[in-house]
Amino acid sequence: MSKISSCFHCGDPCEAETIVFDEKNFCCNGCKVVYEIFSENDLTGYYDLQNAPGASPNETEGKYDFLENTSIAEKLLEFNDEGTQIITLYIPHIHCSSCIWILENLNKLNKNIKASQVDFPKKTVRVTFNSEGISLKEMVVLLGRIGYAPYISLDDYETEKKHRDRSIIYKLGIAGFAFGNVMFLSFPEYFDVGEFWLEQYKSTFRWLMFTFSLPVFFYSASGYFISAYKGLRAKVLNIDVPLALGILVLFVRSTIEISFDLGSGFFDSLTGLVFFLLLGKFFQQKTYSFLSFERDYKSYFPIAVTRIKSNGSEENVQVNTIEKGDRVLIRNDELIPVDAILMKGKALIDYSFVTGEIEPLEKEVGSKIYAGGKQVSGSIEIETLKPVSQSYLTQLWSNQVFDSDKENSFSSLTNTISKYFTVSILMIALVSTSYWLVVEPGQAMNVFTAILIIACPCALAMSAPFALGNMLRIFGKLKFYLKNAPAIERLAKIDTVIFDKTGTITTNTKNVITYNGTSLSIREESMLKSALRSSGHPLSRSLYKHLNGHELVKVQEYEEITGQGMQADFGADHIKIGSASFVSAGEMNNGLQTAVHVKLNEEYKGSYVFQNEYRPGLSALFKKFASEYELVILSGDNNGEAAVLKELLPSKTKFLFSQKPEEKLNYIRSQQQSGHQVVMVGDGLNDAGALRQSDVGIAISENVNVFSPACDAILDASKFKELYSYIQAAKGTRNIIKMSIGISFLYNIVGLYFAITAQLSPVVAAILMPLSSISVVVFTTLMTNILSRKLK
Amino acid sequence: MSVIYILLTISIVVAVLFFILFILSVRSGQFDDTYTPSVRMLFEDEVVKEDPSVKKSTIKNREE
Repeated sequence: MSKISSCFHCGDPCEAETIVFDEKNFCCNGCKVVYEIFSENDLTGYYDLQNAPGASPNETEGKYDFLENTSIAEKLLEFNDEGTQIITLYIPHIHCSSCIWILENLNKLNKNIKASQVDFPKKTVRVTFNSEGISLKEMVVLLGRIGYAPYISLDDYETEKKHRDRSIIYKLGIAGFAFGNVMFLSFPEYFDVGEFWLEQYKSTFRWLMFTFSLPVFFYSASGYFISAYKGLRAKVLNIDVPLALGILVLFVRSTIEISFDLGSGFFDSLTGLVFFLLLGKFFQQKTYSFLSFERDYKSYFPIAVTRIKSNGSEENVQVNTIEKGDRVLIRNDELIPVDAILMKGKALIDYSFVTGEIEPLEKEVGSKIYAGGKQVSGSIEIETLKPVSQSYLTQLWSNQVFDSDKENSFSSLTNTISKYFTVSILMIALVSTSYWLVVEPGQAMNVFTAILIIACPCALAMSAPFALGNMLRIFGKLKFYLKNAPAIERLAKIDTVIFDKTGTITTNTKNVITYNGTSLSIREESMLKSALRSSGHPLSRSLYKHLNGHELVKVQEYEEITGQGMQADFGADHIKIGSASFVSAGEMNNGLQTAVHVKLNEEYKGSYVFQNEYRPGLSALFKKFASEYELVILSGDNNGEAAVLKELLPSKTKFLFSQKPEEKLNYIRSQQQSGHQVVMVGDGLNDAGALRQSDVGIAISENVNVFSPACDAILDASKFKELYSYIQAAKGTRNIIKMSIGISFLYNIVGLYFAITAQLSPVVAAILMPLSSISVVVFTTLMTNILSRKLK
Repeated sequence: MSVIYILLTISIVVAVLFFILFILSVRSGQFDDTYTPSVRMLFEDEVVKEDPSVKKSTIKNREE
C-alpha cells in the first residue's frame, strides 16, 4: 500500500481519494477549490505562514438563506447605513496566523469588502462591506466557500450587543495615576519637617494631594462602598466592610487634618490602598475570551428555519415563531430546533450535542424526534409538536436553578475570616479609645481613627485574589479553564464527584471493535476493507483502520446508501456491509449495540461491534478519588455497560442509569441537601441542569473551542486523568490563602502597636501599607508556582 | 520663588495629558485584543516575499 499523503490545504490524510492539482495533493474537491480561489487571487501567502492551515469547506445549499430576511439580518448587523454594513462573525476555525492573514485580506477576494479585522482570542472577524455590491448572505457564503464558515446561532439574535465593561481599567488607571502623583507630593514632608520653604508651600502641596484623591475616593473606591453597603443590608460582614470603613476614615481624617493644619494627612496611603486593591481585583479577572461559560441551548440552535407553507412554498422564519403543527424543512447538517414528528425523508439524527453519544440514530417516518439532534443524511420534513421553548430538552432551562446565582450562596474564606476580623478590630478600637479618653482625651480620636486606618485589611483582601488569580492562569496553561476565581475555592471544598458516562468517561470515538460471527478468510477481509475504503462514514473509517495490513482488491462496482450501508462487487463476489436492516439480519439486531453487519454472497457472516472506549487512566483516576470522595456515575443511557463499568471502577461507586436531564439535576440537589459539596463532570446539553446545580460543574471537551454547555470550568479531554491532582491543587491553594492571611495579620499587629500607642505617623502608614501588600503578592505567587510544579 | 507654581502646573498638565491619552486609548479598544496586532505586524514582509517581481521593480526604480 502506498504511503498516505496529507492534504496541502487542510493537512488531513488523503484516505478516500487524492486529487493532484498544481503538483499538490488534496484530500477532497472542496480543499482543491479553496486552493484555486486563493491562487487565482494571489493569496497563496496563506500557505507560507503555516503548513496546511485550512479546513475543507462544508457547503450546504440554502444554509444561510435566512440572512435574506431583513429583520433577522438587521438584528445581526452592528451598523447599517447608506450601503455600508458592519457585522462581527464568530468563526470557530480561526486557529493560526494564516487565518488572520487570509481573513484580513478578504478585500482581495471581493472588492466590495472594504475592511475586515480579526480578534484572534475571541475568534471573531469584523467585516465592513458595501451592501450594494455584496449582500450579507453572499459575504457569509464566500466565507463558507474558503473554509471559514461563521457560526450564527439563536444567541446572536436574542442577546443585545454587549458593551465591554472596561470600568476596572479606568478605576485602576485613575488610582495608579493619583497614587504616583500623591507619592511625589507627599515625599518632602516625610523627612523635612519645619524646613522654611516647605512651610511656605506645604498647604499648596496638601490641597493638590486632596484634589488627586477626590476621583480615587469617589470613583475608584466606589465599588467597595457599594459592596459594603449591600453586605450590611444583607447582614453580612464581608471583607468590603472593614475596607470601606478604612478608606472612609482615611479620607475624612486626612481632609480634617489639612483643613485645620493639623498634619499632612494620609492621602498617599489612601490612593495606594485603593490602587493595590484594584490591582488584585484586576489580576483575579482572568477571562478566557475564546471560551463561553454561559452557553445555553440558544448558542446551538439556529436563528431561522425553513417553514413549508400549506401551498407548498418555502419561507425562512425566525425559529421562535414556529408553532405547533407547522411543517419544517430540515436540511443536511441542520439542527432540529423543536420536538416533532418525522413526516418525510430518511432521518439519521446525531444527538452528540445532547447526550455525548456520537453514533447517529435512525428514525422512520412517523416517529418522534426530539429537539437538539442534528440531521446528518439529506433533507427531511417534520411537523412540530411543541414550540421551541417547551420542547423536551429546552424546557430544562425554565428550571429555577438557571436564575439563581452560584456566587452569592457561597461564603469565601476571606469573607468568613473578615467577620471575626471586623468585630475584633472594632473591639480593639473601642477599648483603646476608652483607655485614651481616661489618660489623655486629646489623643482619643487620633487613636480611634489610626486603628481603623492601620487595620484596614488591605493585605488580607489581596491574599485570595492573587493566589486564586495566579492559580487560574496556571490551570489555564494546563488546559483546565475555570470561569472565575471563586470556582477554585468551591472546588477545594467538594466531597462528592459525579460523572456522566457517554462522552465524559468514554471517548468520542468508538474504537474498540470486536467481531462476532463466522470467521472471515484473509481474502474476504481484504474485500471488506476495499469496499470500506471509499466510504466516509465514521464507522467505515474506524473499521478500515481496524483491518490493518490487508491487501486491497480492485472494486468493480460500488454503491453507498447514506444512513444504510454499502455494497460492492468484486467480479464473482458480492459484499454487503451496513446496518442490520440493510443486510437483513433482523434477528441479529439487539438495539443496544452499535454494529456493522457483513453479508457475503447472500450469506450472513457476522457483525463488527463497536464499543465506547473508556478514557485512558479512568481506573487509576477513580482509584485516587475513592479514598476521599463519594463517587457516582449518573448516566442518561441504559445499563448495557453496567457490568463492564462495575469491574473497572472501585466498588464504592454508585451507578444510576436512564436518568433524564431533570432527574440528574434533582439527584444533585438531593445530594446537596444532605450536606454534600458536589462536583459534576459532564459534557452534553443534557447535563446542563446538573452542571448548573452542582457546586462546581466541569464540562469535558474534546475541542475546547467548539462545544461545551454552561459550566464553571472546561477541562480539555486529554487532561481528564489529571482531574484528581487539579482538585488537590485547588485544596493547596486554599491553604496558601490561609498562610497568606496569617502574614497579613502579622503586619496588622505591628501597625496596631503604632496606632494604639498614638505614634502612627503618615510615613509609617505609607511604608506598612505597600510593604504588607507586596509581601502578600510575592508570597502567594511563589507558593502557587511551587504548588503547580507537580501538576501535569 | 513662585517659580515652583509654574513648575507644578507644567508637571501636572503633562501628567494629566498622558493620563487623558491613556483613557482615550482604552476607550478606543486598544487594550481589548492584545494578541492579534502582534501577529498582524509581521505580515507585510511575507507579502513582499510572496511576489518577487514587485520587489525587483521597486529596486530598479530606485537605481534609476
